[in-house]
Amino acid sequence: MNRPGARLLRGALNQASLILFALVFAGFGSLSAKFLSPANLLNILLQSAPTVIVAVGMTFVLLTGGVDLSVGAVMFVGAALAGKAAPGGAGPAAAVGLMLAAGALLGLGNGFLVARLKVIPFVVTLAVMSIGRGFGLWLTETRALNLSNEFLQVGAARVLGVPVPVLLAGAVLVAATVVLGATPFGRQLYAVGQNAAAARRAGVNTRRILLIAYVLSGVCAGLGGFLSLAQLGAVSSKFGENYEFKAIAAAVLGGASLQGGRGRIFPGALLGATLIQAVENGLVILNADPYLYPLVTSAVIFLAVLVDATRTSLLAESHRRQIRVEP
Amino acid sequence: MIEFQGIEKRFAGVRAVGPVSFDLPPGATLGLVGENGAGKSTLMNLLGGNLQPDAGSMRLAERPYAPHGPAEAMRCGIAFIHQELNLFGNLTIAENLFLTRFPRWWRSPFIYRTGLRAEAGKLLAQVGLELDPHTPMDRLAVGECQLVEIAKALAGDPRLIIFDEPTSSLSTREAERLFALMAGFRRQGRSLIYISHALGDVLRLCDDLVILRDGLVAGRGPARDFTIPRLISLMAGRVPEATAPAPTPPREPAGAVALAVRGVSRPGVVRDISFELRRGEILGIAGMMGAGRSELARILFGLDAPAAGELRLHGRPLQGATVRERVRRGMAFVTEDRRGEGLCLEASVADNLALAALPAFARGRARRIDRPGLQAALTPVKAAVRLTADADGRAVKTLSGGNQQKVVLAKWLLTKPGVIILDEPTRGIDVGAKCEIHELIRALAAAGTAVLLISSELEELTALCDRLLVLNRGEITATLARAEFDQARILAAALPGERSA
Ligand SMILES: Nc1ncnc2c1ncn2[C@@H]1O[C@H](COP(=O)(O)OP(=O)(O)OP(=O)(O)O)[C@@H](O)[C@H]1O
Ligand SMILES: [Mg+2]
Repeated sequence: MNRPGARLLRGALNQASLILFALVFAGFGSLSAKFLSPANLLNILLQSAPTVIVAVGMTFVLLTGGVDLSVGAVMFVGAALAGKAAPGGAGPAAAVGLMLAAGALLGLGNGFLVARLKVIPFVVTLAVMSIGRGFGLWLTETRALNLSNEFLQVGAARVLGVPVPVLLAGAVLVAATVVLGATPFGRQLYAVGQNAAAARRAGVNTRRILLIAYVLSGVCAGLGGFLSLAQLGAVSSKFGENYEFKAIAAAVLGGASLQGGRGRIFPGALLGATLIQAVENGLVILNADPYLYPLVTSAVIFLAVLVDATRTSLLAESHRRQIRVEP
Repeated sequence: MIEFQGIEKRFAGVRAVGPVSFDLPPGATLGLVGENGAGKSTLMNLLGGNLQPDAGSMRLAERPYAPHGPAEAMRCGIAFIHQELNLFGNLTIAENLFLTRFPRWWRSPFIYRTGLRAEAGKLLAQVGLELDPHTPMDRLAVGECQLVEIAKALAGDPRLIIFDEPTSSLSTREAERLFALMAGFRRQGRSLIYISHALGDVLRLCDDLVILRDGLVAGRGPARDFTIPRLISLMAGRVPEATAPAPTPPREPAGAVALAVRGVSRPGVVRDISFELRRGEILGIAGMMGAGRSELARILFGLDAPAAGELRLHGRPLQGATVRERVRRGMAFVTEDRRGEGLCLEASVADNLALAALPAFARGRARRIDRPGLQAALTPVKAAVRLTADADGRAVKTLSGGNQQKVVLAKWLLTKPGVIILDEPTRGIDVGAKCEIHELIRALAAAGTAVLLISSELEELTALCDRLLVLNRGEITATLARAEFDQARILAAALPGERSA
């Protein structure tokens, strides 16, 4: 069990996101000098801010052993509402409120169905994803909505020299880390993800924990949607599409397990999200065939899931107790 | 202290408990005994707030008591140590102990880590566990987990502690340590409820006894008024045939070697294990918890690979054979972890029983399952382990702990194995059924099956086995023939730090 090979493999799997991170940056960097330029690196950071936030919310749900497929649709619904309200004079401030509220509401719906009615998370959030998309399309009549310049200004604003999206993503990361590591709710979330029945017997209010996790995921999706909106300045019918996959991949690359009970926000979700964005950014810079994007992104996601599976089985192996100390 | 008044619980219309009425005086230790499925755990789940009664009421310290959940029961001073461990490997010991009542920074939602560590340290000291409270839970051995579970119960400073079969996963020594702890709790004036199938322990530890049969109180009174045979007949509702394991009549198992183990090692687990298991022989493996008994069984069954050594089944090498191949070649393994490894908890009893033997009942090119044939084969096996016939369609998780164990056993009997490895086969099984399972093991051996029996109960081993291996820290420290069976000798070989042959 402690053969050097196995230990090396385990180390590599635990640091999978870091290793991939280095490989991606070295790879694209060697193909194009522009990729590693400070301007582009900042660009990658800015572009990954929404993904980071959505991935953080996703991590909460993954920790419970569930999954939230509706985050992309939640982003779209919020953005569509904001876009609809904009001509009536609703500025970025109102839009944030609207999008967070929409996220919380849809998250509450997800949470209610999962925690109370005990429907499988996959099915619940898949349904909410379709409903959300449909509702958004109906709202926007499938047309693109352009927003006022105010939004783009928020997206490009800086506070003390730090871009607002980076600041927001950072704040979310810190808050989530504190909640998971230093509050009873956070620790109970890990317990529920490990073994929900045992958590209930131990006196944990599992329904409440599940509900909050889905609400948090919805709220994060709302906030991520707002950032994305502030960066794009427009709502198209493709807004937020595939974000569920990006967020899941980012969280899993960062060490969260699809089986629940394992995963961290920092640096995990941050690295994962930046990694995915870096791949997209690199492909754009290389002028790659756009039809290639989904293939490459899915390859990254496949890798993430593969890493998770291998890591889980290897961890199970290494955690088996040692009986004797070999001389 | 606590009073049950006509309490009743039904599952899907079928009565599991009640109506039950009795009371427990403050500071007393109550023993609760009954056959598998008698309703002991269910009754305690009502008390612990995990289930709500369908009729009747409870009173706690002269006041009405109707907990809506385990958290409320804990607040009322009732701690429940469940039949199965409820610990979280992904948290630290301290977090497990205080999961629902973390110390916080003054009025903030944040956990006060320094306080947590100090509090947890105190609790661990009370149960005599010398470990850093911030150790991750998944580093602990089963016996240590059991102690953490007890420390967790103490966290709420309970007035009443319920122990549901706490010794079933402990060896004799660890059980003695638990009993010492229980005596300490009694001196502190706490009330205890103790559930166990080890009737000798129950008689020794408890002031009062309640005997449950089919969900009803079949007898109660001070412990000194009872004897083991009387308890058994009250539990079963009839006069028992046998109460203690009768020794296997001496005989010479002269069969051919069924399983040959030569120089098997796995770093960190076992070292240089060699023995031969003959057809018709019952070979026991004794040892302390964590001596590597179950780990050895896993290697023999192909779940873990040995780093060195050779295994032969009926003379043919087992090198590289997968678990499936081993099963096909007649090996069977009854795991000690029935919930984790032995059962599909959500699946029905019938499906669980059929699982291992399915290939033998697949017919024709399409490999259709021969349902009538399967059913016909199941009936005698179920009868052999005394599994109720009406259980078939129910999900395994709704069976009582002991009955779940019977399902695991029956599943493997159905495959008609040539070599069977039994890891704690009677864990959680009531006295009557245990005797029958002992008979069953003897019958298996008499019919030529080679049996490898791992057990923490010395009486079980000495009564059943023809030969005994003692494992200590992954090494065989003694091989004893039936004439040499002797408690002191076995213990001496099993205790770490001592070496004897
Ligand atoms: N969730 C459930 N659904 C349906 N039936 C149940 C459920 N839980 C328990 N039962 C049934 O209630 C009865 C009592 O079970 P209980 O677990 O209380 O037995 P027990 O006395 O603790 O037995 P053991 O000694 O085997 O642990 C059994 O017939 C069991 O099958
Ligand atoms: Mg029970």
